[in-house]
Amino acid sequence: MQLESMYQEIILDHYRNPHHKGLREPFDAEVHHVNPTCGDEVTLRVSLKDGADGEAVVEDVSYDSLGCSISQASASVMTDLVIGKPAGEAMKISDAFLELMQSKGKAEPDEDLLEDAVAFAGVSRYPARIKCALLGWMAWKDATARALSEGGQHS
Amino acid sequence: MTFDVEVIRKDFPALNRLVRNGKPLVYLDSGATSQKPASVLDAEREFYERHNGAAHRGSHLLSEEGTEIYEGARATVAGFIGADENEVVFTKAATESVNLVAYALTSSVKAGDEILISEMEHHANLVPWQQLAQRTGATLKWFTVTPEGRLDIDTSLITERTKIVALTGQSNVTGAVPPIAEVTRLAHQAGALVLVDGAQLVPHHPVDVKALDVDFLVFSGHKMLGPLGLGVLYGKYAALEALPPFLTGGDMIEVVRMEGSTFQPPPMRFETGVPPAPEAAGLAAAIDYLGGLGMENVAAHERALTARALDALREIKGVRVLGPDTTADRGGAVAFDVDGVHPHDVSQVLDELGIAVRAGHHCAWPLHRALGVQASTRATFYVYNSREEVDALADGIRYAQKFFGA
Ligand SMILES: Cc1ncc(COP(=O)(O)O)c(C=O)c1O
Repeated sequence: MQLESMYQEIILDHYRNPHHKGLREPFDAEVHHVNPTCGDEVTLRVSLKDGADGEAVVEDVSYDSLGCSISQASASVMTDLVIGKPAGEAMKISDAFLELMQSKGKAEPDEDLLEDAVAFAGVSRYPARIKCALLGWMAWKDATARALSEGGQHS
Repeated sequence: MTFDVEVIRKDFPALNRLVRNGKPLVYLDSGATSQKPASVLDAEREFYERHNGAAHRGSHLLSEEGTEIYEGARATVAGFIGADENEVVFTKAATESVNLVAYALTSSVKAGDEILISEMEHHANLVPWQQLAQRTGATLKWFTVTPEGRLDIDTSLITERTKIVALTGQSNVTGAVPPIAEVTRLAHQAGALVLVDGAQLVPHHPVDVKALDVDFLVFSGHKMLGPLGLGVLYGKYAALEALPPFLTGGDMIEVVRMEGSTFQPPPMRFETGVPPAPEAAGLAAAIDYLGGLGMENVAAHERALTARALDALREIKGVRVLGPDTTADRGGAVAFDVDGVHPHDVSQVLDELGIAVRAGHHCAWPLHRALGVQASTRATFYVYNSREEVDALADGIRYAQKFFGA
C-alpha cells in the first residue's frame, strides 16, 4: 500500500493536533480561500512586525479552517515554518513548497528549508490532492502580500 | 431476461483494467460519468472509419451516410424517451441544454416574474437560472430540502407569476426522486413551463416524456454509457418553437442576408456547426445496449444494489447516509459522511483499494449546506456493478475509519 507514503505520521500528527489554529488579534490582513472542487475553506490572518534590519517579520499567522487531513496538516506545518521568519525568507520557503507540490513526486526536497513540510512530497504524486496541500500556503501568501502592500506600516 | 452482471461486465473494456496496487477496478462513480461498452466504442470507430463526412453538408456519399446516422440517432433518442424526432435537440451536454433554455427564455421573462428551482439542484440546473433572474430582474425562488434530503414541495411557491419551474429528476447526491408529475401538473395549472434535469434520471429509469408531461427534459449521453460531448434537450414541439435560437451560425439558418437572417424550425434551430455525428452514433449504440437490458431491469438492479448499500452503511458506526434511507423514490446515488474522516481522505483510502468514488460537494453546494455537511463521499451504481462491489465499499469505509483512528 502506498497510503503511508501520502499519509506520513508527521502529517497525521499535525492533522490531529494542529499548531497555531484559531483566529487571533491583532492582524494586518485577513483572507478567505476556498477550494471550489470540494468546498474546503480557510480564513487566515497574518500579523507582521518590523524586524531589526527594517524588513517585515511574520509575527503571527492564525487561521480557522475546514478540510481534509492534507489541507489541515499542511496549514499547521506552514505556520510552524513561517512564524518568526522575515517575510522574504518565508516567501522563499513558500515557493520551495509550491515547487515540491508541482514535482509529481520527483523532487528531492530541501529538508533544511522545508523541515516537516518534506513529508508532503508523497502528496505531489496525487494531482487531485495538490490543491489541498496548497490551500493554507496560498492563503498565507495572499494575506502576507496584502499586509506588505498596505500603506507600508511595516517598512 | 436474466440480468447477469458478470456477463455485462465483459462488455466494458475499462472494467478489466487493474488500478492502484494491482487491484481490480471497482467503479462506483457512474454518476459522474459512466463506463462505455465496446459496442459504443465500435460505433464511433466505425463512423470514423467508414462514414466520416460532415453531416447535413455536401451531397457526397459519406456526408449522406453521416447525416443518416446522425438523424437515425435522433430517432433512437426520441424512441427511448417517448418523444417525437423533431422534439430532440442535440447539445454538448445537460449543462448546455439548461443554458440553452435559460438564455432563450431571456426575452420572455421580465421583472416581477418568478423562476422556481430547488435547493437540491446540481449547479448545472441552478446557476443558469440565477443568471436568468439577474438578466431579467425576475425573482429566483426555491423549494427547500427536508433533513431526510427530500424536497419540501411548498405549493404556495407556485403562483401565477411563476414562469418556469426547473427541477432535478433525481438528485445526484441523495438519490431522491421528487414528485415530478405532480409538480408539473401544478406548474401547468399556474401557466408555468417545467424543465426537468434528467441527467441522473434518464440513465437509470424508464422515462416517458408524454406521461411526465414536462415541457423540457435535459440529459447527458456520457452518464448513460454514451460518449462524452453529446447531450440532449427534449422539448415539446410547441415549447421549442416558442424559443428563439441560442447558439447561432451555420446549419441553423434558413436564409442569411447581410441585413439579417431567418432560422430553421426546431430542432435544427438550436444546432449549429458540423454535427457531432460519431458521438450520436455512440449514443444510439448506448441506448440500444440499455434497451437490450430493459430499463425496468436496470432500475431494479440498481434498486437492489442501493438497498444493499443502505443496509451495509447503516451498520457502520459513525457513518451517516445523506438523504432517504430506504429505496422508495430514491435512485442509486449514495452519499455519506464518515464521522472524523474527511471525504477526501475516505476517497483516497478507497482509491488505494481500487474503489473509485467521488468526494466533495458534487456540484451541489447548497444541498450540502442544507444537509449540514461541508462535503461528502458518494458512491453511484450502474448496470455493471455487483453486490460484491457494494460489500467492498463497506469494507473500504471501515478500513478508512481504522486508518484514521476514527
Ligand atoms: C443532476 C445533474 N445535473 C446536471 C449534470 C451536468 O451534466 P454535464 O456535466 O454532463 O453537463 C450532472 C452531472 O454532472 C448531474 O448529476
